[in-house]
Amino acid sequence: MQALFGQLLIGLINGAFYAMLSLGLAVIFGLLNIINFTHGAQYMMGAFVAWFLLTKLSIGYWWALLLAPIVVGALGVVIERTMLARLYKLDHLYGLLLTFGLALVIQGLFRNEFGSSGLPYQIPSELTGGINLGFMFLPVYRAWVIVASLIVCLSTWYVIERTKLGSYLRAATENPALVQAFGINVPRMVTLTFGFGVALAALAGVMAAPIYQVNPLMGADIIIVVFAVVVIGGMGSIMGSILTGFGLGVVEGLTKYFYPEASNTVIFVVMVIVLMFRPAGLFGKER
Amino acid sequence: MATTIRSTDPAVPAGNLMLVATVVMAAALAIAPFVGFYPVFVMKALCFALFACAFNLLLGFGGLLSFGHAMFLGTAGYVCAYSAKEWGLTPELAIVLGTVASAALGAVVGALAIRRQGIYFAMITLAVAQMMYFFYLQTPFTHGEDGIQSVPRGKLFGLIDLGNPHAMYYTVLAIFLAAFLLIYRIVHSPFGQVLKAIRENEPRAISLGYDADRYKLIAFVLSATLAGLAGATKAIVFQLASLTDVHWSMSGEVVLMTLLGGMGTIFGPVVGAFVIIALESYLAGFGEWVTVITGLIFVVCVLAFRRGIVGELAAWWARTRG
Repeated sequence: MQALFGQLLIGLINGAFYAMLSLGLAVIFGLLNIINFTHGAQYMMGAFVAWFLLTKLSIGYWWALLLAPIVVGALGVVIERTMLARLYKLDHLYGLLLTFGLALVIQGLFRNEFGSSGLPYQIPSELTGGINLGFMFLPVYRAWVIVASLIVCLSTWYVIERTKLGSYLRAATENPALVQAFGINVPRMVTLTFGFGVALAALAGVMAAPIYQVNPLMGADIIIVVFAVVVIGGMGSIMGSILTGFGLGVVEGLTKYFYPEASNTVIFVVMVIVLMFRPAGLFGKER
Repeated sequence: MATTIRSTDPAVPAGNLMLVATVVMAAALAIAPFVGFYPVFVMKALCFALFACAFNLLLGFGGLLSFGHAMFLGTAGYVCAYSAKEWGLTPELAIVLGTVASAALGAVVGALAIRRQGIYFAMITLAVAQMMYFFYLQTPFTHGEDGIQSVPRGKLFGLIDLGNPHAMYYTVLAIFLAAFLLIYRIVHSPFGQVLKAIRENEPRAISLGYDADRYKLIAFVLSATLAGLAGATKAIVFQLASLTDVHWSMSGEVVLMTLLGGMGTIFGPVVGAFVIIALESYLAGFGEWVTVITGLIFVVCVLAFRRGIVGELAAWWARTRG
């Protein structure tokens, strides 16, 4: 029983990262129609910025939560302005190819610099230790990750679905030309949205740093799983991304307990099944 | 809305020029080992050229970007290597078996992936390929990280010893040229024309009465089969089938070869494969810089060089001839 709850917890943690990453992908895709292949690399960069801040500048976890997304998000803005913006008139697949190339460049540079073994990142002192819940032991940091990512996801949902800014965003997703005609600066909104999605990935990276080691390849493997999550959820709805992310994390955790051999592949199997019965994804709309 | 990559049509020059170019290419490849080219290098490049041509059939002419084509290369490689080593099949039978395995996988994956278009198609193929990667990592017959090593080259048709480097070289060349001509034939057949029509405007092709899904599926299976042929041949040449060939970076590599050479052109993938393989063997000692440079080539190609080497040459040719 202990083991089952342990795996469920790991599943929820993974789910939290899936949710944050697929949310960022969905927000970017909604407005830019680009699948951001660098998302994994930007998640990794978030973790590395946190590591750099701590070991070189002695700036701790809490500041890293704020600074890393800003730094990586700003880099994202530069990428969008200098490169992606040239591709909007072309086929969407070029955006995928460009970001794939960028991911290779970033990951290659980091591997040259840091090798492929992981660098440790300490759990901040406020969040060490754990609580004994009777049926299981709950490390405080892991509980924090789940709660924090839920807050981040739900506030993103709130901003997009319930505020005026979000309504501009949704309108621009439907018809950018018309929204621009109403006097809203759509190109700037596109840039900021991309920066925001990237910052979300970096934030997930900072939160992941104490759990997984900080590793140049930490984003390469997770991003493919997140793609599958996105296909399963369908990119139509924000809430859909969040629910699918957490749900699939739990499914993965349960598989690890009941049939560990399949734990690497279960999400892909779910994707295949979903595609057979609901090609547009669980929450997606056929376009 | 057609959400596909458009090829550059000036890149398909007149038939005569194609014929001359094909003959020149075949002759150059036939004498390559005698004029100082390292046969193993050329054989490797030929396997990848075939892989890229197969991929290009799907992307350049079908407009479908598969980001998981390594699964077909790797599956055929494993099946071929296993049957040659453990069952003692002759190389041609092992290659056929490997190719058939990839064709079967292609039929299943294709039927699934063509349910979605554009970006989703790319993500689905990538995810399925990753699933296959984990399968091959865990299943015992592939020997995990070690791969299937020291696969016997054996005797072609039980007669010709492929241990002889020249025999191996000309076998690979023959396989490559046959597949290359087959792809040329497919592209210029009525089937190929319909495929291009679907790439350009799928709703219109459907309204003209073409069953777009069926055409896309056939293109997918053909592409998977030929990619499998490349993988199986590669397993015999290098006497090895390993996880490298099913990894997502291999899927990315074939995209790059096609993009760099010129997608939607007949010769582009061949040129792209030779350039990339040459680059990789040149940079082999520089660690991760290969990845960085590969990524940079991707970025440059997408931003400034979308027609690729052959596409640009063909466009230049068309311009100078007015």
